[in-house]
Amino acid sequence: MSFDILSLARFQFAMTTVFHYFFVPLSIGLGLAVAIMETIYVVKKDDMYKDMAKFWGKIFLLSFAVGVVTGIIQEFQFGMNWSDYSRFVGDIFGSLLAMEALMAFFLESTFIGLWMFGWDKFNKKVHALFMWIVVLGAVLSAFWILVANSFMQHPVGYVINNGRAELNDFSILLTNPKVWYEISHVLSGAILLGGFFVAGLAAFRLIAKKDIEFNRKSLNLGLMIGLVGAMMSGATGHIQTQALIADQPMKFAATEGLYEDSGDPAAWTAIGFPDTDKKETNWSIEVPYLLSILAFNKPEGSIPGMNTINQELIAEHGEMDYYPPVKTLFWSFRIMAGSGALLVLVAMAGLWFSMRKKTLMNMNWLLYIIGFTLFIPFIANTTGWLVTELGRFPWTVYGLYTMADSVSPNVSVASLMTSNIVYFLLFSILGGVMVYFVRKEVIAGPYAIKKDEDKHNKKNDDPFEKEAFK
Amino acid sequence: MADLSTLQLLWFLLIGILFAGFFFLEGFDFGVGMSIRLLAKDKEERDQLIGTIGPVWDANEVWLITAGGAMFAAFPHWYASLFSGYYLILLMILFGLIIRGVSFEFRSNMETEKGRSIWDWTLFIGSIIPPFFFGLMFTSMVQGMPLDQDGNMFATFTDYFTPFSVVGGIALTLLCFLHGLNYIGLKTLGDIRVRANSYAKKLYLVLFAGLIVFAILLYTSTDFFKMHFVATTSLLALMIVLSLLATYGVYKGKEFLAFITSGLTLISLVALLFVGLFPRVMVSSISSANDILIMNASSTPYTLKVMTWMSLTVLPFVLAYQGWTYHVFKQRVKKDDAVNY
Repeated sequence: MSFDILSLARFQFAMTTVFHYFFVPLSIGLGLAVAIMETIYVVKKDDMYKDMAKFWGKIFLLSFAVGVVTGIIQEFQFGMNWSDYSRFVGDIFGSLLAMEALMAFFLESTFIGLWMFGWDKFNKKVHALFMWIVVLGAVLSAFWILVANSFMQHPVGYVINNGRAELNDFSILLTNPKVWYEISHVLSGAILLGGFFVAGLAAFRLIAKKDIEFNRKSLNLGLMIGLVGAMMSGATGHIQTQALIADQPMKFAATEGLYEDSGDPAAWTAIGFPDTDKKETNWSIEVPYLLSILAFNKPEGSIPGMNTINQELIAEHGEMDYYPPVKTLFWSFRIMAGSGALLVLVAMAGLWFSMRKKTLMNMNWLLYIIGFTLFIPFIANTTGWLVTELGRFPWTVYGLYTMADSVSPNVSVASLMTSNIVYFLLFSILGGVMVYFVRKEVIAGPYAIKKDEDKHNKKNDDPFEKEAFK
Repeated sequence: MADLSTLQLLWFLLIGILFAGFFFLEGFDFGVGMSIRLLAKDKEERDQLIGTIGPVWDANEVWLITAGGAMFAAFPHWYASLFSGYYLILLMILFGLIIRGVSFEFRSNMETEKGRSIWDWTLFIGSIIPPFFFGLMFTSMVQGMPLDQDGNMFATFTDYFTPFSVVGGIALTLLCFLHGLNYIGLKTLGDIRVRANSYAKKLYLVLFAGLIVFAILLYTSTDFFKMHFVATTSLLALMIVLSLLATYGVYKGKEFLAFITSGLTLISLVALLFVGLFPRVMVSSISSANDILIMNASSTPYTLKVMTWMSLTVLPFVLAYQGWTYHVFKQRVKKDDAVNY
């Protein structure tokens, strides 16, 4: 890797977004899980669900805190590292970021404060509503930033004037079909992650035979949420990928490792080894007909290969290398899709043995599997974004503006090296501390909080303490 | 050259308001953060201080995020030049905001006194860095920075760190600390309330010395008095009057007056900088031909119009629910109150 500003800025974008995006789906998914728990508590009046909301809520708050601080980097980064991009697309991209702050961040941060500190101040229905508002804020935030990303993937509603992309129809930005593919898939991925996070941690505690009833309920709820998320991820991912064939054929061909045009009907390469120098994929294990079926919902139809598309792009946009990082795309896509399928199976097996057979508590091997699947959604979410973002290569705004044109012309290699090192160290510390806290929290269990509270309550009953009221 | 449009003016004003709101609200959060090490004496007092801003600091910080987003949207050329030009300064600010932002949550998860003190320190450091570097950034920005004809800034250490910008950084930090002390006076009971007051009494004397130095350097380092004599002098006078009122409030135990006037001082400072900047957004020290102006830094009239409608629709709700949280958490926080953090 060469240390030019473009590579360093790209490295930074990858590092900061990947790290940030561990906490985004965790906050959305876990926030939703907590909101559901608290709602069950309100409806069924079962105090255990309140304990669950509090316990998982604590981990949610940790995740939210790290998500917020790593998110600020994102907003500053466009101006710092990508100033020419910011000039080019500020009318559109900037206004969407501003809307995100105004409509989503205020909502989330205000109501999270009310939720955290409002347990004793509001009746339980209102209090549960606060968490739903936080979830709404998170969803709105995802929506606005995905409208912005969709513009980068599939620009619409603009006109090029004085070398800048100027907005000419805001409603077209919002009705960009890409927006709806992305938001549905991103939310599914977050729901799946939140569900398996709860289920996985609860499974580890069940293996240790701790707080059985609490963790059994958490596990069942987590698996249900995870199953819904996993199935939705599959469906929405399928639709999104099909749309690529028309919008970004290069990305689609790269995820399939397809250098030459496919035959008709097209076979699907389950496993293969793309050779980026010779521009061919070797040792392929193929399933006949399947790619045509996946792409067109029928057993016929040919898919153009990267070599063909490269020539078309050269004819359209001029001489450049249009091949994205094929190996990363090919494998990322398989890891993502494979994870999704695996998670559906794990959730179904878990729910079957837990709710139908009621034998899960004695099946440590399955609990271990559920436990370790908690890491898989993080990998699946990350690889999904790798496909989307690396597949945009060499553009920042697809077909309009290249990465090389986007980078800040006045930022030095030394500055970029410094910021990369600072972020890397910060992320290592934050990541380490997060894992440490979550582990400690889970081992301490849900009733550690209760003990704390009792201590506080006792304090308030102390007559000596009443002096302080004067 | 086109004329300055109403919408461009409105967005210049709105960005000023967003930064002013940020310094009014997050200003006392920073001050409280500084007080964690400078004022609080034990764990209970530190918890007490955290309790005063716990429910609100995060939403206060969103004012900054919104200001940044609005700048990106309404004046892409300003956002691009400022953020790329102040690269390492903004990296420092981000570093401060990051270590501070996680401190609240992280310290409450620590069981030992020692562990908690790590995050008390990060909260403290993270509360000093942003106001200092924001002050430094905005004062050096109005002083003028080496901007070329494309609006790209190639600055060196001595462009960022001038006597004026360093005084600007210190002044803003001090104002935030005082604002925080006044907030503590308003929001706590017990020893710490008294101590905050006695600190403020002493520090206001320092502030007046600082304001005079600031005014002199403003005269020698910027063209504010030449370009906007009346506005500059009246806003400076206003800052002094407000600080006098705050001092009066501090000495007479009128806590609400002290808090409001210290906040308004911060707002007048932002107003002073924005008014002096007008009709520019960035001042070039190389040639005034390279100045970036409101009228040529902005996005298109259509974008501004869409943004105006959407913001005006949403903003009243935001202000209402954010204001309401202050009402919900209006009680004073006393020592040994259970903190949920």
